[in-house]
Amino acid sequence: MEAIFIEGTPKTPTVNFNSEAGIFEIKGRSIPENSIEFYKPLVDWLDKYASSPLDKTEVNIQLEYFNTSSSKCILDVFKKLEKVTQTNKEIVINWHYEEDDEDMLEAGEDYQSILRIPFKMIEIDDE
Amino acid sequence: MEIKAKNKLAEFDIEKWYLSEQSGELLFAFKGNISPALITEILETIENELGIKQEKMKVKKRVYNVLVEALQNLYHHIDSTPQEELSLGDRFIVFIISKYDDIYKIVTGNFIKFDKVRLLKDRIDQVNYLSVEERKALYKLILNNQEFSEKGGGGLGIIDIARRISADLNYNFFKYDDEYAFFVLHIEI
Repeated sequence: MEAIFIEGTPKTPTVNFNSEAGIFEIKGRSIPENSIEFYKPLVDWLDKYASSPLDKTEVNIQLEYFNTSSSKCILDVFKKLEKVTQTNKEIVINWHYEEDDEDMLEAGEDYQSILRIPFKMIEIDDE
Repeated sequence: MEIKAKNKLAEFDIEKWYLSEQSGELLFAFKGNISPALITEILETIENELGIKQEKMKVKKRVYNVLVEALQNLYHHIDSTPQEELSLGDRFIVFIISKYDDIYKIVTGNFIKFDKVRLLKDRIDQVNYLSVEERKALYKLILNNQEFSEKGGGGLGIIDIARRISADLNYNFFKYDDEYAFFVLHIEI
């Protein structure tokens, strides 16, 4: 599969889906007015990937901000990735949050409680 | 002539109200059309202000997140301006953010048709009534179970704001004319 790389903007995150390495990253801010438009191609891509994933998939989510419009799209991303667990292949979601950002940690835990997929909460030191 | 007659029915003076809301340390006040570019401008301005004030990261993030939701709620859900007030702009909103002591106060205002008032009022009342834990549970329920509208929203904006502030959401519906109310939302962070 072809890799996906999208440069971040003030309202949309940097996306780096490396299908050869099995490492997927979403970083930055996700606060667009129209989130579906941004996430639809990513969700479709992951749908294909999840049907024949690598032995090990690592997902790194490192968001500074995301709006409620993105929250549903991010859940859709995770739901596609959840399919990987049904293939007996390994997958982990690393949910990064800044030190003291309890809201972002809680957001990760919200997803964790909804999904059947391993989450690892990773605190980023400020300096 | 008919328009003039209808204009007289306006029971709510936007200009007067707009000025009355500008107290404390004013960070941004706007009335006019809402657009993605305006939202970006407000977010950038306030983010800079929060940086200059050297607010704690937690405060900065809360204020920013609430701003995003409040502004995008307006962007997605406002009704078009009443015919006789089109000179204000067809996607007219009011937005004010100010600071009193340690509290950031956000005020938004927009036209809403009367037939939508009850639904919005019930939604805010419901969220206000819920405890912090219940707000969290409702957020997750909607996130996981409801299809989002074409607009990309899922009615999560109000709940998200309520989860991030310690107080309730205060609101008013001012009668504007026979068809429209003017909806005012006060958020304190």
